[in-house]
Amino acid sequence: MKQFLAFVRKEFYHIFRDKRTLMVLFGMPIAQLLLFGFAITTEVNNANIGIYNQSPGQFSNDLVQRMTGSDFFRLSANINSEAEMLEAFQTNKLKMVVVIPPKFEQNVTAGNAKIQLIADGSDPNLATILTSSAEAVIMTWMKERAGTNIQIETIDPQVRWHYNPELKSAEMFVPGVVTIILMLVSAMLTSISITREKELGTIEILYVSPLKPAVIIVGKVLPFAILSIINAILILLVAWLVFSVPVNGSVVLLLFEMLLFIMTSLGLGVLISTVADSQQTALMLSLFGLMMPTILLSGFIFPIANMPLPLQVISNIIPAKWFLIIIKNIMLKGIGMAYIWKETLILLGMTAFFIGVSVKKFKIRLQ
Amino acid sequence: MVEFHNINKSYGENEAVKDVSFSVGEGELFGLIGPDGAGKSTLFRILTTVLLADSGNVLFNGKDVVADYKYIRENVGYMPGKFSLYQDLSVTENLKFFATIFNTTIDENYELIKDIYQQLEPFGNRKAGALSGGMKQKLALSCALIHKPKVLVLDEPTFGVDAVSRKEFWDMLKSLKAKGVTILVSTPYMDEAELCDRIALIQKGRILDINTPKGIVEQFERQLFIVSNVAIYPALQALENNPATQNAYSFGQEIHVYADEITSANAIKQVLENGGLKNPEVSVGTPNIEDCFMDLMVRGNLEESAHA
Amino acid sequence: MLKPAEHTITAKNLTKTFGDFTAVDAITFEVKKGEIFGFLGANGAGKTTAIKMLCGLSSPSSGEANIAGFDIYKQPEDIKKNIGYMSQHFSLYGDLTVEENIRFYAGIYGLKSTEIKERSVALIKELGLENYAKRFVAELPLGWKQKLAFSIAIIHNPKIVFLDEPTSGVDPITRRQFWGMIYSAAAKGITVFVTTHYLDEAEYCDRVSIMVDGEMRDLDTPTALRTKYNLPTMNDVFLHMAVRSKRSE
Repeated sequence: MKQFLAFVRKEFYHIFRDKRTLMVLFGMPIAQLLLFGFAITTEVNNANIGIYNQSPGQFSNDLVQRMTGSDFFRLSANINSEAEMLEAFQTNKLKMVVVIPPKFEQNVTAGNAKIQLIADGSDPNLATILTSSAEAVIMTWMKERAGTNIQIETIDPQVRWHYNPELKSAEMFVPGVVTIILMLVSAMLTSISITREKELGTIEILYVSPLKPAVIIVGKVLPFAILSIINAILILLVAWLVFSVPVNGSVVLLLFEMLLFIMTSLGLGVLISTVADSQQTALMLSLFGLMMPTILLSGFIFPIANMPLPLQVISNIIPAKWFLIIIKNIMLKGIGMAYIWKETLILLGMTAFFIGVSVKKFKIRLQ
Repeated sequence: MVEFHNINKSYGENEAVKDVSFSVGEGELFGLIGPDGAGKSTLFRILTTVLLADSGNVLFNGKDVVADYKYIRENVGYMPGKFSLYQDLSVTENLKFFATIFNTTIDENYELIKDIYQQLEPFGNRKAGALSGGMKQKLALSCALIHKPKVLVLDEPTFGVDAVSRKEFWDMLKSLKAKGVTILVSTPYMDEAELCDRIALIQKGRILDINTPKGIVEQFERQLFIVSNVAIYPALQALENNPATQNAYSFGQEIHVYADEITSANAIKQVLENGGLKNPEVSVGTPNIEDCFMDLMVRGNLEESAHA
Repeated sequence: MLKPAEHTITAKNLTKTFGDFTAVDAITFEVKKGEIFGFLGANGAGKTTAIKMLCGLSSPSSGEANIAGFDIYKQPEDIKKNIGYMSQHFSLYGDLTVEENIRFYAGIYGLKSTEIKERSVALIKELGLENYAKRFVAELPLGWKQKLAFSIAIIHNPKIVFLDEPTSGVDPITRRQFWGMIYSAAAKGITVFVTTHYLDEAEYCDRVSIMVDGEMRDLDTPTALRTKYNLPTMNDVFLHMAVRSKRSE
């Protein structure tokens, strides 16, 4: 035990004496959070849209007014033909056109009305956001009309944003940023700290010492586990205080799940350090082997449902995918273990696998 | 105390160590002398259980280094070649850490490291990274000694260190030996060989000779002539062009020629004069370790050629 | 002072300070064309700092120096074009072949492609590396790497070549072959500025300087130094002088 504590103390010395480690540990999470929050906001304001109304009437006019009255959109052109619409897109005047087909007025009351939302696909992200926002407005409009007994529910938008009706982007990125930070800090810093001892030659002394491999591994990862949890709490606090993103579900459950994901990442970090001989290799492996897939394939930036099938399949082996589902459910939906036990179990299995393999691969000798 | 039996180790196609056997007695200061890449570090790593040999075995106090690796790890003090301590930890922190992981304290074994560590104590709070080469070495040695090992294994402790610090370091080893510590040390510096009780000369993974430094010198099988009062490089060229004197090597302002018994000083003088050198002085000399090493290299055909 | 044409290095009161610390303290010396100049000193005596200044890599705090006919303050780029450098750590690119390494370094010194071809062939032949021209440098033994590195360091016929512990860890025979190469470079008129921890190698130098605590304590031929201190070898001379260093901690 004394050996173990001495080891952990040494690790903390390393961490707190290296400015770069501290920057990655505490500077970067906050910077990332603020960056996502303020700079790359995914909210849309006053986007130029056109209306191609082929069925003028009370309902359609009311709907158009509602849409252009919102902060999202600004009506910049009334379109009268498909050719005109095409031209508007090509000259980049419009980002989206709302097409109200003929007989909309009759069909609204009949319950099978359709609306077409055509967005400029050259910016798929923006297109998704615009169509979603438009759908949200239409849905709200629909619900209000329902009270007056007009049956228009059958207007059927393709995507539903049940748990984020206003598309508040802060709520979308906080879980993602937490996921990335936990992965980055735990896996990258752990693997670098172990490979550094390989470069220094001190690892040979550790091998030769009576320290058991398990003590070395746990001694290496424990400080990062503690700091990662502190980090996660810090991010949640900033999210709550600066962006008003609350944790709707149980905070205890959330912390437990976070700890689980940290264990997964630490396991991956140790695994990387068993194959990498230099800090540089460890860094590259962490960035391209872990960070890129985590950012791209976890569903944080690109919805998994929109990916080609092979990528959808691959996304299943990305631990971050499952954690992201869990953390979104707890934070945004506020639901409990009953609904996320499956994801938790998958993560648990992955963690056991990674830790098992890395303990087995972490040799007591060189090579 | 330590016995190497027919050790072989290859890295891919490269035979790092080939059929090496030797033993080191209790309380001995044993030197492994050879250039970089000769296989010294590989042998030490196998002994300290950090590396597995392809074949052969090593016994430490009668215990096998593979089967009883835990015993060896508790009883060996090891200073790896590229070992450089934790740069961001202070002198005291480094020593304390190594003491703790070896299940001991600084106080417990202070007696053994006292002479060395006292020189470091004024800099107890300085980071190891800010120490000079000589001081780092002393700290590393203290760390390797802190658990009072039966055997101390030092891999090139004086490599790249200046002559003053090297001398100090060897003085420390001498006093440790006096306290009964068995020491295995490796070095590329031939002049350090004389400071060991026994040495093994090693080149390209093969042991050239094992003996006391004196014994190695006595076994020199050829005649050594010392040439002086000549311009070194023209003289070397003249000598190398003659088959009888082709093993000629510069030593400072002199040249050492290894020749067979029938060659005389006058014959060598003649070779030099024929080469256009005036008034060369040739005398018979006694070889040093470096002479023996080079002679053994040449005769074993173990020069470092690209035709490996 | 001699005429500049005869001297490839002249330094006068060259000093480098880092804050309160004087790494190199007013060193004054001259090195002749084609001379083999041994630059000795304990670790931390200021050798590396001095070499960095002489190579035009760092600007002196005060003093003057002329390297290969160029001013150390005003023409560091010209200095770099006219010197070669090789160290214990400078070991070519292991993942490039012998030929590719030669071509690369010849290229960065601006040799013409026909020249590069000629010299590359000549150099490989001289080193006996014909069968290894297309092999990766990482596969060569250390001694050969160092010989190749030296040949490449002088491929552009520099006026001066700086060698920082070029023979560390090399076997005794290869070490002597290496010094043979140094001699023939000097015979061609290249000034050789060399540091070493093997003090027997100091005897091979035309003149030797000994740095202690940033100062150049002595400078003379090995024979003169041994006579002056009445000691049998350069090793003894070095120990005698360096042991009085204050910067040992």
